[in-house]
Amino acid sequence: MNNFTIAVLVRNQFGVLNRVTSMFRRRRFNINSLTVSETESPGLSRITVSSSGLETDKKQLINQLYKLPDVCSIKELDITESVTCELMLIKVKNDPESRADVRDAASAFGAKTLDYTRESIIMRLTGTTRELDAFTDLMRDYTILEICRTGIVSLERGSTTIRKMEI
Amino acid sequence: MKLCGADIIVRTLIEQGATTVFGYPGGQIINVYDSLYKYRDEITHILTAHEQGATHAADGFARATGKPGVVIATSGPGATNLVTGIATAYLDSVPMIAITGNVPTSQLGTDSFQEIDITGITLPITKHNYVVGSVEELADTIREAFRLAISGRPGPVLIDVPKDIQIAQCEFTEQEPVTMEPRQAAKEIRIKDAAECVNLSQKPFIYFGGGMLTSGAQEELLQLAELLDAPIGCSLMGISAIPTDHPRFLGMQGMHGHYACSMAMHRADCIIALGVRFNDRVTGNRAKFATHAQIIHIDVDGAELDKTVSAAHSMRGDLKLTLQKLIPLLSQKKLPDWRKTIEGLKAEERRTLDNRPGLTPRSAILTLNKYLGENTPVATDVGQHQMWAAQNLNFKTSRRFISSGGLGTMGFGMGAAMGAAIGTGERSVLVTGDGGFGMCLNELATAVTYHIPMVILLMNNGVLGMVRQWQTLFFDKHYSNTVLDRKTDFVRLAEAFGAVGYHAETPEQLDEALKKAFSENGPALVECMIDKDEFVLPMLPPGGSMDDIITKVGESDE
Repeated sequence: MNNFTIAVLVRNQFGVLNRVTSMFRRRRFNINSLTVSETESPGLSRITVSSSGLETDKKQLINQLYKLPDVCSIKELDITESVTCELMLIKVKNDPESRADVRDAASAFGAKTLDYTRESIIMRLTGTTRELDAFTDLMRDYTILEICRTGIVSLERGSTTIRKMEI
Repeated sequence: MKLCGADIIVRTLIEQGATTVFGYPGGQIINVYDSLYKYRDEITHILTAHEQGATHAADGFARATGKPGVVIATSGPGATNLVTGIATAYLDSVPMIAITGNVPTSQLGTDSFQEIDITGITLPITKHNYVVGSVEELADTIREAFRLAISGRPGPVLIDVPKDIQIAQCEFTEQEPVTMEPRQAAKEIRIKDAAECVNLSQKPFIYFGGGMLTSGAQEELLQLAELLDAPIGCSLMGISAIPTDHPRFLGMQGMHGHYACSMAMHRADCIIALGVRFNDRVTGNRAKFATHAQIIHIDVDGAELDKTVSAAHSMRGDLKLTLQKLIPLLSQKKLPDWRKTIEGLKAEERRTLDNRPGLTPRSAILTLNKYLGENTPVATDVGQHQMWAAQNLNFKTSRRFISSGGLGTMGFGMGAAMGAAIGTGERSVLVTGDGGFGMCLNELATAVTYHIPMVILLMNNGVLGMVRQWQTLFFDKHYSNTVLDRKTDFVRLAEAFGAVGYHAETPEQLDEALKKAFSENGPALVECMIDKDEFVLPMLPPGGSMDDIITKVGESDE
């Protein structure tokens, strides 16, 4: 089992996300993270999928994506050859006993405090999935009230782009 | 010229060469039916008894002609009745255009009368589908749908048109029919690697499926077989692509495939698989499937490669173009030992053939063979009769065996046989059973209305034979809900619909009945009585390997 990340450019059509996720569901692909966003061109959206599986699962996933008419291009993003990050908002209990520890951890990870009340603190952290996981794990020592994560976004290093279809 | 959406739909269909369409009217598609009336000199609409029959007819039309079949239905139940037919076409890669009406755009999403999310429902069973957003994009959407349906691996495409878009007007300019996306051969380097592998083979086996019919690579296939001195086998979907009596052809492979074909594939050291998808009914236990063979897999759909069986060399590309590049890289083989093995397997198969006297499933199909013309399309339903037909029918022309392979849809045959007759202009044949026929026999009314020349060979054994066979072999003869024991008089049923019917219990009666049926102008039904305990053999038990093949069931069993 390996983790892999695939970027997909799709036609910005009504229901396109449903088409992609419906295919994942019926073919039983295991999706760890999925993000959809606008791109540099108004007609196209970019989907970043992170999944895990065998090499054959990955090939099958790419080939099945390729068959969807709304899909314009697909690229597997090599971890070392791409820049990847994810954003997390985390709300923890503001407890006088642990307040200082929470702040220390936040500053060590570079998390920014966005909301501070007597009862709670909301922090924002961007980084790799691993960093976000590690920070979440630390916060488990205190009281986590809520977490919201965006899923990963990723771009290749250098000037190459996804535009050329690679299968 | 300014036209309303409904007119644009019909004009675009005509423009794309779809001058015969199948369907059923209703409230949200009524405008399109008005346009069909208006342009009735240029387009023929066949009104079926049920929307499901219309999809199967469009499917049979497409399979027999290679051109996309078109089906039209209204919203709600009209649309949902298409689902089985669309899924049948999807699983067998048949080009089809389904057009549905829907409630006006402003009412979409409000659970209006006869509103259903048919694009949502058909998402997993279409190549693509559309809800048309404006009348301006209507014509181009239909054109794109045609292009998608016929390109690469063909399949059904659905277009849902809200009623307000059928009414709204815009400019329409006729265009040329769309062409398929250009076909491409596999990558040269892959072909070269595969050629090296093939050249080392001492026991090559060529195995083709439905992709052969789509690509039309029969000439290259036969050339390849001569070059490699190899036997040829096919999947259910490949039947009729090459003449049944071709000396290198061993017939169908799979759960109920021909013995020699299945065994040859099992013993081969190299399987050249062309336009197949190694379905579980073909491979049985995948771990034990063709363990001695290097598989060379060519398919136009990259997602079929290494999906269920991992190939030594897999290539995405059009069969014809890829074979044209592969053949020059191969050296001429002479393989007397392999030939001898194959001849031995064929002799063994001949020994196990069912040659019992009297009216048996095999003798019934062999009698039918006598009456088939070179171009007669033969459709089937699904079950034992389908396998008996697949094993014993004789074909000379491509695209003449029309059967639901992937989805295995009982009730498919009646509509499909009508569509095939209409598409080819030939008398068609339906081989069916009492179970499958019972599902869509209402289409007899359609066949009578349109004087469709067709012969229905109804193999009546009073049971759901295929399930019964499994119950006999694997469920201790617990015949749970497979004994029909209905009191239907099929001859009088045919007559009630306005067709003619014959009944046969002996080989002589069957011969006589078929002779009469083939001289009728419209539909004729021949009921042929079959014993309820007949088996389809050979049989590879589900999940079994070639070592488990059943060629005989003990007499004392029943």
